[in-house]
Amino acid sequence: MSTAHTHAHAADHEAHDHHGPEKGWRRWLFATNHKDIGTMYLLFSLLMFFIGGAMALVIRAELFQPGLQLVDPGFFNTMTTVHALIMVFGAVMPATVGLANWMIPIQIGAPDMALPRMNNFSFWLLCAAFTLLLLSLFVAGGGPASGWTLYPPLVLQTGNALPLAIFAIHLAGASSIMGAINIIVTIMNMRAPGMSLLKMPVFVWTWLITAYLLIAVMPVFAGAVTMLLTDRFFGTTFFEAAGGGDPVMYQHIFWFFGHPEVYIMILPAFGIVSEIIPTFSRKPLFGYDAMVYATAAIAFLSFIVWAHHMFTVGMPLAGQLFFMLATMLIAVPTGVKVFNWTATMFKGSISFEPPMLFAIAFLFLFTIGGFSGLMLGVAPADFQYHDTYFVVAHFHYVLVPGAVFAIMAGVYYWLPKWTGHMYNMKLAKVHFWLSVIFVNLLFFPQHFLGLAGMPRRIPDYSTQFADWNMVSSIGAFGFGLSQLLFVYIIFATIRSGAKATDKVWDTAKPHGLEWTLSSPPPYHSFEVAPEVK
Amino acid sequence: MGEARGLEALALHASPLPIHESEVLDRKAANRRLTRSLLLFAAGSFGFGFALVPLYDLVCDVTGYGNRKALLEAASVVEQVDASRSITVELVSATAAQGDWEFRPANGNMQVHPGRLYEAKFYATNLRTQAVTAQAIPSVAPTQATRYFQKTECFCFTPQRFEASETRELTVRFIVDPALPANIDRVTLAYSMYTTESKG
Repeated sequence: MSTAHTHAHAADHEAHDHHGPEKGWRRWLFATNHKDIGTMYLLFSLLMFFIGGAMALVIRAELFQPGLQLVDPGFFNTMTTVHALIMVFGAVMPATVGLANWMIPIQIGAPDMALPRMNNFSFWLLCAAFTLLLLSLFVAGGGPASGWTLYPPLVLQTGNALPLAIFAIHLAGASSIMGAINIIVTIMNMRAPGMSLLKMPVFVWTWLITAYLLIAVMPVFAGAVTMLLTDRFFGTTFFEAAGGGDPVMYQHIFWFFGHPEVYIMILPAFGIVSEIIPTFSRKPLFGYDAMVYATAAIAFLSFIVWAHHMFTVGMPLAGQLFFMLATMLIAVPTGVKVFNWTATMFKGSISFEPPMLFAIAFLFLFTIGGFSGLMLGVAPADFQYHDTYFVVAHFHYVLVPGAVFAIMAGVYYWLPKWTGHMYNMKLAKVHFWLSVIFVNLLFFPQHFLGLAGMPRRIPDYSTQFADWNMVSSIGAFGFGLSQLLFVYIIFATIRSGAKATDKVWDTAKPHGLEWTLSSPPPYHSFEVAPEVK
Repeated sequence: MGEARGLEALALHASPLPIHESEVLDRKAANRRLTRSLLLFAAGSFGFGFALVPLYDLVCDVTGYGNRKALLEAASVVEQVDASRSITVELVSATAAQGDWEFRPANGNMQVHPGRLYEAKFYATNLRTQAVTAQAIPSVAPTQATRYFQKTECFCFTPQRFEASETRELTVRFIVDPALPANIDRVTLAYSMYTTESKG
């Protein structure tokens, strides 16, 4: 992290007012300022995005051609497992937490987060968690290789990596629960006078609901992995048939967490996009109330659809019907959101700055992922798609051009606010076009592979899958390399660039209190509460 | 068109309100209260994860789907043969990771009439050079058939002791309930053999 610190320090070199930050490393280690912690979360997530991305490239390099060329199958499985754990818990979630830290206080007119010391603890706990997880790659028996879902009995064959990975999940879970509590307390107690709940920016709303989801399901996951730990080391038989347990029960508990988890990753993305589309359409968000209620409805439904991840375990017909229909129901509030974004753009005076480009790509490509999700949700059809590359294509469409593009859109939207500098628009647009082309090259062919029957998590494949796999791997390397441009743009903007105005997007109406502050905002913003009318 | 509600209605007051010290203290107390209740919420969720274990068994008991308890209990049934219907019973064996076993059914499948008592045989060999105790765990597929597949006697009801390198014939007597749903014409009875303790 030390290089990241140096860069981040440079980021705030201008922010010395009378309550300025401490000098040197103490500023970061003992950070309680929401902006500093937000910066650290974002840089941490960027680092993890590259580590997880490198693992994805190992996978795609092996799959470039049929046959076993580069890595042995065990290590390949370690890569699929750890890539997923890092991207979910180390890249996407901390990025949205970082955005929450930076933006929520200055969007609702608060001086800081409500619990700044707990905020510091959450961040450093996350670093400890990922140190453990990465260490698990180097112990006897190799890293965890069971897939990120950690299904028993397979996962119980993991060597010494198992306790390390489980403790990593415990720490990351504790970190995100504390982060969620902090966000809820901040939103409930720290809003500026007059900022009623239904006047809050949609990003704040989506995070409020996400935080409740986190508190409801992260502990359930912690419980499930604790059961794995005791099954392995303390003779319990939660998941072992010999002692009266049942491995299928793990899948139920895991997906009771796992399905809300996918909304934990996407709801903040919905919030970001709901901020950006109105700004660059020069129109108010269409159906603000409907957006809020749709988010709440999605969060509620996420608790009753978990078994659509496990239609093939042999569940009764009534169960399949219930989980299939409940899953279809989610398309309704999600459709409300997609149509509201579209309606916001309708007859708007649209301009295509980089945040808007990413937001529009999100709108199209996330919807593709949503549609393939509906296909997978059809129980009788799922038996064909289950555990194939079609599933891989589906969840990567909602996570990469979905959540990750929304996060990038958010960074391009607020980066001038954070740093006080405008970035190089031309370069950012190049980054967008490279990303959007390569991401489709990478993931679209995986739909075809899956429908043709290529199984996921296998390092080799039959020769009829060769062509699309090669295309997909070329897309992967193109996408990965394009992200170096993203890093360059961010650090170049931190160091220099044209001065950004307070409103940053001067053609746009201010949509939240963040645009009333200077760019960059003072180290302690809103020491005097603004009043919202 | 959306009305100018929510974000667009935001307008800053010209002279912001100063925060008084008492308000800060009130807010701190409120923060502590909310934090405490959210921590309790998280603890409750952790407990809920473990509560899912008995809940899962309860759902199995109530619905009878894949009911593990009933699979390990002897049923007492009266023969009422439905000779007009014929069902294929497949016999499957598996061994767990621990222990060294050879374990196989005498026949891979048999044709049965619902309501008649049948006997099936399995052979198991302890490949270890020491005595071990084993437990066979049955399961029935499809799960909907579980409650209609009744065993009057089974080697799986009690742990089985094997001497070193001993081979034994294991017997199960079963009867398929004539109430078995009409759409099911094939039932799989699978056993997994587990070593429960090693002697020696």
